[in-house]
Amino acid sequence: MSIGGIEVQGREAVAAEAFLDVANVEGRSQWQLTWRRLRQDKVAMASLAVIVIMVVLAIIAPAFVSITHHPPNFAYPNTGETVAGNPVGPGTAGFWLGTDGTGRDLFIRILYGARISLFVGFVTTAIGVLAGVSVGLIAGYFGGVVDTILARFTDAVLAFPYIVLALSLAVVIGPSLTVIIGVIAFFSWAAIARIVRGQTLSIKEKEYIEAARSLGAGPFRIMFLDILPNLLAPVLVIATLYIPTAVVFEATLSYLGLGIQPPTASWGNILSDAQNFYQVAWWYVVFPAAALLITTLAFNLLGDGIRDAMDPRTERVFAAGRGRRRRDTRRKLADDSGTVDMSRVAPSIPPAGSN
Amino acid sequence: MTVPLNANADVSGSADDDVLVRVENLVKYFPVRAGGLIQRTVGQVHAVDDVSLSIPRGKTLGLVGETGSGKSTLARCVAGLIPVTAGRVTFEGRDITNLSRRAMRPMRRSIQMIFQDPYSSLNPRRRVGAIIGDPFAIHKTATGSERKRQVQELMERVGLNPEHYNRFPAEFSGGQRQRIGVARALALRPLLIICDEPVSALDVSIQAQVLNLLADLQRDYGLTYLFIAHDLEVVRHVSDSVSVMYLGRIAEAGPKDNVYGSPRHPYTTALMSAAPAADPDTAASRQRIVLVGDVPSPIDPPSGCRFHPRCPKAQPLCSETEPQLEVKAGDPATHVTACHFPVKAGENLAAAGRSELS
Repeated sequence: MSIGGIEVQGREAVAAEAFLDVANVEGRSQWQLTWRRLRQDKVAMASLAVIVIMVVLAIIAPAFVSITHHPPNFAYPNTGETVAGNPVGPGTAGFWLGTDGTGRDLFIRILYGARISLFVGFVTTAIGVLAGVSVGLIAGYFGGVVDTILARFTDAVLAFPYIVLALSLAVVIGPSLTVIIGVIAFFSWAAIARIVRGQTLSIKEKEYIEAARSLGAGPFRIMFLDILPNLLAPVLVIATLYIPTAVVFEATLSYLGLGIQPPTASWGNILSDAQNFYQVAWWYVVFPAAALLITTLAFNLLGDGIRDAMDPRTERVFAAGRGRRRRDTRRKLADDSGTVDMSRVAPSIPPAGSN
Repeated sequence: MTVPLNANADVSGSADDDVLVRVENLVKYFPVRAGGLIQRTVGQVHAVDDVSLSIPRGKTLGLVGETGSGKSTLARCVAGLIPVTAGRVTFEGRDITNLSRRAMRPMRRSIQMIFQDPYSSLNPRRRVGAIIGDPFAIHKTATGSERKRQVQELMERVGLNPEHYNRFPAEFSGGQRQRIGVARALALRPLLIICDEPVSALDVSIQAQVLNLLADLQRDYGLTYLFIAHDLEVVRHVSDSVSVMYLGRIAEAGPKDNVYGSPRHPYTTALMSAAPAADPDTAASRQRIVLVGDVPSPIDPPSGCRFHPRCPKAQPLCSETEPQLEVKAGDPATHVTACHFPVKAGENLAAAGRSELS
């Protein structure tokens, strides 16, 4: 327009620059807010650190092989076993955490076991989340016959004795990584689908969904652009809590001899072998069990932390009575999720000591 | 000129080809289902029952009525968001009744909606730029930086700071949120905007701002509004003509000044008397007509005139014969009332109601 208009624009531009920081702070997304709250949660951050360290160790496992010169599947009958044929203890003959029953380096095998365990955990959770979210969204959004069929199928999967199916599949098809991933993923999507379906049912009644329809948006655009972003918070929490479940499930199958097959190392089959030696070689049980315990614990605590950080209302309630009450409630939440959600998907067997 | 029509008056009305949207004998029933596994229909909610109206291009039709009178259902039928049970909706002469989503898509550009609740009508997880940009994305009319430019233009047009493009709805006040809703509805340059109680959820001072914005936009873009509200003063302010709905039917319709100046239907009269007056003297001198009882259930609407159980003037005829929308003596041809015993000028309904009660 006129010079006056330009002037105003210029002033606005200056003002905009001056307020740039403010604008950035105010434009925080839900994720930024969650991250800010999560960063103040010491337990969750420690768990995250543990997980990151675990993942890094698993990835760089070959580097440790080149340092120790102990390949994961290589047995050292002379240096790695006592005269009686038992494992040697930690620190002996360059074996940092000792050796296993056949004289292999336990530390290296735990690292390689971590690769399998974490891989299975992440991949099955990814498949389960993808499938569960898709099924839940479609069932909840379309409703009617589609919903009836999908919801009944979900119920059937949830009601299935998963351990029986897993064992029989492993026996019939023969145990392999693919079968394990398939079985765990097959039993993890159903609970996610059910939660997503419930959320979808409530969200699709919101006016903004009607607004999207009045703009001419198709069902898939609405499902993935309008509904899904509102589901990401609960889905992320579930996913974090599912990873340790899958890890434990894999360990269970391998422990029972129906998972990862020797000589490939997995935490489950290391523990299984350790049964025969725990009286003479404590390290053989303690270290792989500790790895499993620390990993699952870290994922569970991180999941709880994310859940707290996602829900500002919980945060406010906790802020009133910091300390004890906060921790008690947290524990209660963890217990709830552990018994209600998780027990359906994987058995929570104690990694060691039950046998 | 707005002529709310019933079936009989339709022939004369259709000559007027400047009518943008026409609703003819629209019926919308919602089935009431019962039973667990095998559902059966045990009743119908008569949400909208045989409603006809038409809106001339560039004008505003105000639709008033209590909660549950079927206003919003009618709006959703016109917008093509829910299927119609019977009747016809025509837009620019084209029948758009029960079009499939695909067939309706081009029409969406011309018919847009502004929703009641500015809190639930904006997706809390999406940024304002994405929300207002949605129409462009869905209809593939602009992408990338062009879309952003158009969105920011719209934001400026409705009185929002274009710099706030990346903010979330939660960072805006109710009035600003409603402006976002207006910008979204405006994006495709529609001909008709259906405003479903657009200011009911806002503070009075903010209401005026949003109403003025809507008026400005109508002037600048030649928009046609179907304006739904339960606030009589708001409707009087924005409308050219008014239709009063009661239990799914139109009780009275006509030019704004006629309906407000000399209401004919006892229900309209009662509504007007219940509206709060800003001037205490007016308020004190006014006689309120207190309606007895509640709005009857739309599942089983009363026989005859639907208003008769609560009407201070009800006669036996009212429960037997359904009154048609007709021009009453002394009214212009555009003012129609569905009542056997229309209110005459100067008649004191409050007294009638009281004497009957006592």
